[in-house]
Amino acid sequence: MAEIRIETVAKTFGAFAAVKGVNFTVDHGSFLVILGPSGCGKTTTLRMIAGLELPSAGRILLDGEDVTALPASARDIAFVFQLFALYPHMNVRQNIGFPLRCQNYPRAEIRRSVEEAARLLRIDHLLDRRVGGLSGGDRQRVALGRAIVRRPKAFLMDEPLGALDSEFRRLMCGELRELHDRIDATTVYITHDQLEAMAMADRIVIMNQGRVEQIGTPQEIYDRPNTMFVADFIGAPPMSFLGVHTSLQRGDRRIRIGGAAVEMPEVFEDRSEGKFAIGVRPENVSFADASPLRGQVIGAEYLGTTQIVTVMTAHGQVKARLPSGNAVRVGESVGLTLRPDRISLFDAVSGQALSSALHDGGYRG
Amino acid sequence: MAEVALLDVSKSFGAVEAVRGLSLSIADGEFVVLLGPTGAGKTTTLRLIAGLERPDRGDVVIQGRVVTDEVPAERDVAFVFQQYSLYPHLTVYDNLAFPLRSPARRMDETTVRRRVQQVAELLHIEQKLGNRATALSGGEMQRVAIGRALVREPALYLMDEPLSSLDAKLRAELRLELKRIQRELGTTILYVTHDQIEAMTMADRIGVMNEGVLIQLGTPREVYERPSSAYVASRLGTPSINLIPAELLGAGSVPPNVRTVGLRTEHIRISSADRPGPLARVHWVEHLGDQNHVHLRLDEHSLVTLADPVQELRAGDQVSLEFTEPLYFDQAGNRVGADGLRGHA
Repeated sequence: MAEIRIETVAKTFGAFAAVKGVNFTVDHGSFLVILGPSGCGKTTTLRMIAGLELPSAGRILLDGEDVTALPASARDIAFVFQLFALYPHMNVRQNIGFPLRCQNYPRAEIRRSVEEAARLLRIDHLLDRRVGGLSGGDRQRVALGRAIVRRPKAFLMDEPLGALDSEFRRLMCGELRELHDRIDATTVYITHDQLEAMAMADRIVIMNQGRVEQIGTPQEIYDRPNTMFVADFIGAPPMSFLGVHTSLQRGDRRIRIGGAAVEMPEVFEDRSEGKFAIGVRPENVSFADASPLRGQVIGAEYLGTTQIVTVMTAHGQVKARLPSGNAVRVGESVGLTLRPDRISLFDAVSGQALSSALHDGGYRG
Repeated sequence: MAEVALLDVSKSFGAVEAVRGLSLSIADGEFVVLLGPTGAGKTTTLRLIAGLERPDRGDVVIQGRVVTDEVPAERDVAFVFQQYSLYPHLTVYDNLAFPLRSPARRMDETTVRRRVQQVAELLHIEQKLGNRATALSGGEMQRVAIGRALVREPALYLMDEPLSSLDAKLRAELRLELKRIQRELGTTILYVTHDQIEAMTMADRIGVMNEGVLIQLGTPREVYERPSSAYVASRLGTPSINLIPAELLGAGSVPPNVRTVGLRTEHIRISSADRPGPLARVHWVEHLGDQNHVHLRLDEHSLVTLADPVQELRAGDQVSLEFTEPLYFDQAGNRVGADGLRGHA
């Protein structure tokens, strides 16, 4: 399989800069997800890797070879769109073999490749069935079969599960990842759905306004967001921010916020007086009557096992994920405690995380 | 008085029974969500209320008036579709103003401007009012489509997965917004989705549908805590409820007619292997950010439960399980109580 390198790639459409100098590497056989809101440049980036757009600047290397100017057909990369379109008048075997027949492969080889693809997807028993009578899941597998039958160097997937039911999407996430592991295919997958990204990726690239915000494993990105954008984009609900005006010294382990002193991971830099934001995820917030950090409950969303309780404090809105058995009344005053080793601290002006025992540097894009 | 009622409504398309004997009444100011997979009959139900389909049997009542034979325009409902077609030659502003300028509803331009402005702010598209509809992203177009329904004030809003084509982030934001707007304006909404989070967080009552039938109707808490069947139980909750054969819990611990036991995260307590209870092995811990799922193996059955953030579990660990107040289901999949009887719960 292949390694894909993206070197300071940029793309402008007229006056609009869709991608502004992006760098990342997709390792051999790894599953990389590009995640970001609509308009962040992820689709344009993928289309440049595929050869469907020509970069305005920068290079794209496939296994060390510069393919920047090569057309899509010369790149040996399979592009998977929403996994829907099957040819209804063909059976499963003909659908999967279609890309090979178009390229005039010998009949015996088509047969062998189709059967292997079907085996990998565990649909070999369906090969002679019409696609019309198949379940939704099997139809998706046939569509995937059509993508893998050529055994390309890499797969590029553009929100392939976007059109599916959420439950079914989760199931297909598991299957896609499993398939990836079986055929060891380098995959670049784009989505705006963070759960898909978290569930499948070896590494996630988070893009925003044409730039890379952070690259890391799902857990790194979730636990140690480099910027307030990432902290806010990842997590459902996202990280809450409490605004503070203060100065900080190397070695500080607590920060004053109103009448409360919040413990946090040791800070590794000196900062003069300015605006900062304490970032905390909902599962790291709990209620404690005695806490001087107080607020008023303004809403509770019932989710079954847990509930998300929104508390308005003098420093900003905080969301807490609590067991749904806890009785919470809208309007009541509550004290909050934040799990000390899980607190992020951001420069509220630049949005960048401060270096600390939790955030020890990392990628800055 | 019920704002909207469906009385034993059925609708078939050829041999397919899309909706079967459905009765449902929605109170004034209520937010009802129909939840179900593709093909459950949710969209057909909306179309029957809107008048876009005619029922084979049964009646549709809106504000006490039988409207079964009325055309859509007479019914005073606003429909938000999953894919909406905007007028491409008009600006966002004119698209939003369009329903208010129809001859049936003459409104002076000052009022129109105020309403359009309000709705645009609500949906974060106030910067785009001067744009052509074709110059918008998909998400923005859908917001304009929702906005076009919101500028009117009909007796009932029918919404068919209006958020499903949006970014996850925007979807979560609009979910809260929509609920807030509905509460503040006291509007009546019938909303269709396959997304359980949307159903749980927005609905006053959820109707779970499958194969044309309304299986259970109740508040989110009722449907989650007291599902009528294993099917309903499996539609709600993340991770999904674990359904395991009753034998696994050991003879005598469940009523004799119970075939399947449903275990949600909150029914499973994990402790160290030296404690009493069935032994399981940690297969893997899946990090999904806010939700870390522990995959357990109990004999050859898998169980998935939420990881407790303070409990450090690693693949291969042996643990002891305790089950607290699990849900019981009989042969047919219907839920029964701890005494093996149906219908109380």
